Amino acid sequence: MVALRSVFLKDLALAYRQRAELMQPLMFFVLVITLFPLAIGPNPETLQRIGGGIIWVAAILSLLLGMERMFRDDFADGSLEQYMLSPTPLYMIVVIKVLTHWLMHIVPLFLISPLLALFLHLTFDMYVALMLTLLLGTPLISFVGAIGVALTVGLHRGGVLLALLLIPIFIPLLIFATSAIESASMLLPYHSQLAIIAALLLFSAALSPMAIVYSLKVGQN
Amino acid sequence: MRVLLAQQVACEKSDRQLFSNINIELHSSQLLYVTGENGAGKTSLLRILVGLSAPSAGVVEVNGHDIHKNVHDASEHLFYLGHKQGISQLLTPTENLKFWCQQHGVDKNDDAIHDILAELGLTGLEDIAVKNLSAGQQRRVALAKLWLKSAATLWVLDEPFTALDVQLIAELEAKMTSFLKTGGAIIITSHQTLHIDYPLSNLHLDYSW
Repeated sequence: MVALRSVFLKDLALAYRQRAELMQPLMFFVLVITLFPLAIGPNPETLQRIGGGIIWVAAILSLLLGMERMFRDDFADGSLEQYMLSPTPLYMIVVIKVLTHWLMHIVPLFLISPLLALFLHLTFDMYVALMLTLLLGTPLISFVGAIGVALTVGLHRGGVLLALLLIPIFIPLLIFATSAIESASMLLPYHSQLAIIAALLLFSAALSPMAIVYSLKVGQN
Repeated sequence: MRVLLAQQVACEKSDRQLFSNINIELHSSQLLYVTGENGAGKTSLLRILVGLSAPSAGVVEVNGHDIHKNVHDASEHLFYLGHKQGISQLLTPTENLKFWCQQHGVDKNDDAIHDILAELGLTGLEDIAVKNLSAGQQRRVALAKLWLKSAATLWVLDEPFTALDVQLIAELEAKMTSFLKTGGAIIITSHQTLHIDYPLSNLHLDYSW
């Protein structure tokens, strides 16, 4: 437990010292969303129709932007080697690292999103659906994305490759999330979409750490 | 007590056979000095021995555990220092070592860490980010782990003298001698000659193409 707590605290300390880098995905997210009403025009109906989709696409892209940070520094400075040779299973360390990364990238996104929902004229029901899908869907992005990060950690500048690898995998998530928001806009129930996203999340949370550990070990060879 | 056993270890990198059929048996209080030209595979061998890379053939046991199947038990009493130092540039030496101790089950408080940093000539630099220290000072922070992990029975050191000044090299050699005398085993590579007053066995890797 002490070991896992220290992994969490170390990542938190590192993130705090790289605040500027941490802000980049968030700024990107805000900028993309503010540009849409300007480009499309202020017509509330149009914005409302596309709002959920825009927020989701921007969230996926901005998370991808910050994804690389997850293992990059640990790989470069050798901390990863030391993690592998520590008595704590790498599986647990990886889970903590992914969750810490998610926490640092998503909490700001949540805090800013009421404002963005206002920009895009989302109704309250749509906003609730948006929050719920983000809450269930973004950890999924972190877990699955971490596999890609672990695979490309040894390559320098693996950024574009990472996007190519991961974006196709996120398409089902995007479809269910936006469909939930659309249902909410018509005041229809959207439990089934949420249930599918939750199932995807549980599946990836259980299995992806193994894939991440394996990829990281391969990266050491 | 046998600390490390390697049998028939071979390594291949990009279709190039670096070495094959390496057998090592290391007991406590033994020092193994691995030599060889650049590219002969010294680092690859060391990484295989600690379980970071997989060999193309052969098995390695550390303290009775197969290192590639059971790396966490095997590395409990192992300390490895490679080319990468395993310290974060953005954290201070104290933070780096504190987190490292917690992750490796070493029970040392901040005072103990400060004492060891002072012993290594880093007084006053405990709370400055590592990136602002010189290369040699950063190396000292990484080497402080040798002083911290007192439960280790095997040290695997890959070029530990890089960037160190004469005084610290002497100090490190003295530390290694006392570790060997108290029953530790060391595997080391270095391009500098070792000035250790202790019997050593030598493993020479030939550069092969």
